[in-house]
Amino acid sequence: MKQYLKNTFDGIFTVLVGMKVTFKHLFTPAVTIQYPDVKVKLPDRVRNRLYVNMDDCIGCDQCSRACPVSCIEIETVKSIPSEDLGITSNGKKKALWVTKFNIDIAKCCYCQLCVFPCPTECIYMTDVYEFAEYERSNFLYKFATLTDEEAVQKKINYEKFQAEKAAAAAKPKPETPAQTENKTE
Amino acid sequence: MALKTETMVLNMGPQHPSTHGVLRLELEIEGELILSVKPHIGYLHRCFEKHAEAMTYPQVIPYTDRLDYLAAMGNNFGYVVAVEKLLGIQIPERVEYIRIIMAELQRIASHLVAIATNGADIGALTPFLYLFRDREYILSLFEMTCGARMLYNYMWIGGVSHDIHPDFVRKTKEFIIHFRPTIVELNNLLTFNKIFIERTANIGILPIDTAINFGASGPVLRGSGLQFDVRKEDPYSIYNRFDFEIPTGKGLVGTVGDCWDRYYVRVLEMEQSLRIIEQAIDNIPGGDVHSAIPKRIKPPKGTVYSRVENPRGELGYFIISDGNLNPFRVKVRAPSFVNLELMGELCKGHLVADVIAILGSLDIVLGEIDR
Amino acid sequence: MYQFLYDLIGNEILAGLLVAVVPLTIILVFALFGIWLERKVSAHMQDRLGPMRTGWHGWLQTVADLMKMLQKEDIIATDADKTLYNIAPVLVFTGSFAAYAVIPFSSKLLGSEVEIGLFYVIAISSLVVAGILMAGWSANNKYSLLGAMRAAAQIISYEIPTALIILSMVMLTGTLSLEKISQMQTSSFWNWNIFGGAVFGLSKFLLIPFMIAGTLIIFTSTLAEVNRVPFDIPEAESELVAGYFTEYCGMKWGMFMLAEYGNMFAVSAIIAILFLGGYQSPIGYLGNSIGAQWLIPFEQGFWFIAKGLALVFVQMWLRWTLPRLRVDQLMTVCWKYLIPFAFINLIIIGIISLI
Repeated sequence: MKQYLKNTFDGIFTVLVGMKVTFKHLFTPAVTIQYPDVKVKLPDRVRNRLYVNMDDCIGCDQCSRACPVSCIEIETVKSIPSEDLGITSNGKKKALWVTKFNIDIAKCCYCQLCVFPCPTECIYMTDVYEFAEYERSNFLYKFATLTDEEAVQKKINYEKFQAEKAAAAAKPKPETPAQTENKTE
Repeated sequence: MALKTETMVLNMGPQHPSTHGVLRLELEIEGELILSVKPHIGYLHRCFEKHAEAMTYPQVIPYTDRLDYLAAMGNNFGYVVAVEKLLGIQIPERVEYIRIIMAELQRIASHLVAIATNGADIGALTPFLYLFRDREYILSLFEMTCGARMLYNYMWIGGVSHDIHPDFVRKTKEFIIHFRPTIVELNNLLTFNKIFIERTANIGILPIDTAINFGASGPVLRGSGLQFDVRKEDPYSIYNRFDFEIPTGKGLVGTVGDCWDRYYVRVLEMEQSLRIIEQAIDNIPGGDVHSAIPKRIKPPKGTVYSRVENPRGELGYFIISDGNLNPFRVKVRAPSFVNLELMGELCKGHLVADVIAILGSLDIVLGEIDR
Repeated sequence: MYQFLYDLIGNEILAGLLVAVVPLTIILVFALFGIWLERKVSAHMQDRLGPMRTGWHGWLQTVADLMKMLQKEDIIATDADKTLYNIAPVLVFTGSFAAYAVIPFSSKLLGSEVEIGLFYVIAISSLVVAGILMAGWSANNKYSLLGAMRAAAQIISYEIPTALIILSMVMLTGTLSLEKISQMQTSSFWNWNIFGGAVFGLSKFLLIPFMIAGTLIIFTSTLAEVNRVPFDIPEAESELVAGYFTEYCGMKWGMFMLAEYGNMFAVSAIIAILFLGGYQSPIGYLGNSIGAQWLIPFEQGFWFIAKGLALVFVQMWLRWTLPRLRVDQLMTVCWKYLIPFAFINLIIIGIISLI
């Protein structure tokens, strides 16, 4: 009997306590914002879409090797000594033509492991998070600045250079004056 | 002539309304009474353990995030502690303190989700919103530090990925001040509400020996009265320097080991986590967090098993290394996988509506059950 | 009101039709407003904003939902019993709409002046049970059937405490007519029935605690009649599926929702009349003080709707605070707690009214 009355009293009392909590919340201001009109300010370390600054890329392939989901594909061609590719922003001399630099952003898991190994800090994560596309093929981001014909041209240049070097090494060397002096001596 | 009766098989299918993941429960019922429950898993299997064999040791860490995605810092912590034991390296003090603070914040965030979804399953939809608001504070603390809100890749082998932000200590203290009244409000609104007590007390009673026999861990085991916590039994990192208690279920309303006790253990654990954070936040030593990170991680041949206290229970990593850059085998002992087995035992003799309450109190995440 | 309209128009049939249309408009407008209010109240209680884009602060949201529902395809399962399936929403809606015939919105706006208003209300709202059972059975879905059985059991059990409290009020006031009960609680709010009724004396003060208890009991049991939390097992959003209206889509589901909101306001109105003074104002009439007698019915209408809305707000407030009860606990609350208290209430009020 005592339990019965206690149940009744508990039932009414705890309901009223709960109602008081909800009533107080009726007058607190809302914590949500009206999204497309108002956007949240993101902190500076935020990890959203990747971006590569191709002027600084030296083609070292470190980011591609660090990626756990293999979303970065890089192909490079060595440059011939007569060409000058320029210097990166922290003073390194570039020696490779980057013919292909594709990031499949649909595969990217936003883990940031590619940012740390880059020697020139050219790959980094921006704060862009609204990049939805209608076609899935649009998610393959191509960062390389060479056009296809230029890439093919660079490859041909390099192969020609290699072929010339191989031909020069196969030819017999001409006699030097010191050697001829020794021979006649 | 005897009446031919059959038991009915009811399928609580892979998609639930208020869900813990994709889990299929096959209930055999007679009227409203449950005769047996068979969980069917595997809908979220993503071959984590096979992937880990193809990745280098640092590359496995983003994959471990996605195991128990609601407590990602805890998963990172477990893996990193295991590999560091294998390598035998010493971690700077600053890194240890930062890791403990992050793990305890993650514990609070994960318990908030568990409590909120437990309430929402039972019908109380308002505490869900209030608790997720508080979880937003924690997630923005994490976002300030490492840039991501849910899958962090923060704890690295030998250190952490970023040093804490200059504003971190101040904002964490503000969070602590803000959070204590929320627990009081939660107790008023949900914990001691007569209807909630009616729905969860004396339901799904788990005696201690059954819990130990099944291998339960975490709040499920502590709700039955046993004071077992990996942070005290087998201390890892620097937990032995902090002063905190292990709350257990005492049967305040109803019997020891019922759903209400498991729920209340989680509420009390949040308070204890606040205590640990308070002790740690003022005493972070200086130093460089990247100084002990090795250039190439190539552990010697050997095996290691190490365990940490995840919010859901005891998370264990068993790593076999054969001297290469990639691990030979990474096996994860997931706490929810072991706790899910208790469903068949706990649901006997209860009604269909209680299955939801019991599943909510076990607090499973399908990401780590299926891996 | 029929008399008033007949004098205005002169045609019997047209006046009769208009008398029926007025409460229908009230229900429709109230449902529009009620759904919007529910979404806004729930949103502000949860620290968020609710609908904001359709109209000023989203008040046209219900209209948008209505237009969406109207253009949905009406899918009927092959094995469903088509006649019952189509009649069920109509019955449920009629059960709640017909109760408006005897509710006095003001001293002039009354659908039909029957002497047995309360008895009629209790009887006609039982039509809802038949509608629910038809809905659950005809859908040919075992979850719908389960939900419908639970809903039917719940509604008929909770009619008993409602009837007992209504009986105790009838005993006190001596009349079954809602109009007369409203008229008896006139001239100041101390005369409201919750404070003991209009007759001043010892019995008035003795009655106050029992009247308050009676209000709580009838409020709880009517909450169960309209299937609101904490008694909303029939339409729970988890706990397997959506209950007896799982298989309904489009406008038929809209009818169920309309019936629910109509019912909510109807039972709030009845509690307001029985206990809170009906359409009487608590602070006197503006029309009286400035001499415009024609203003009084409008003021009474305003006070009545305000009281009804206040009770509806309390119903919504409870919905967003409490978890839901399991089916057997629901039955325990009714049979073991509400009915004994209602009986004791009845006996004591009877004894006091003899003093």
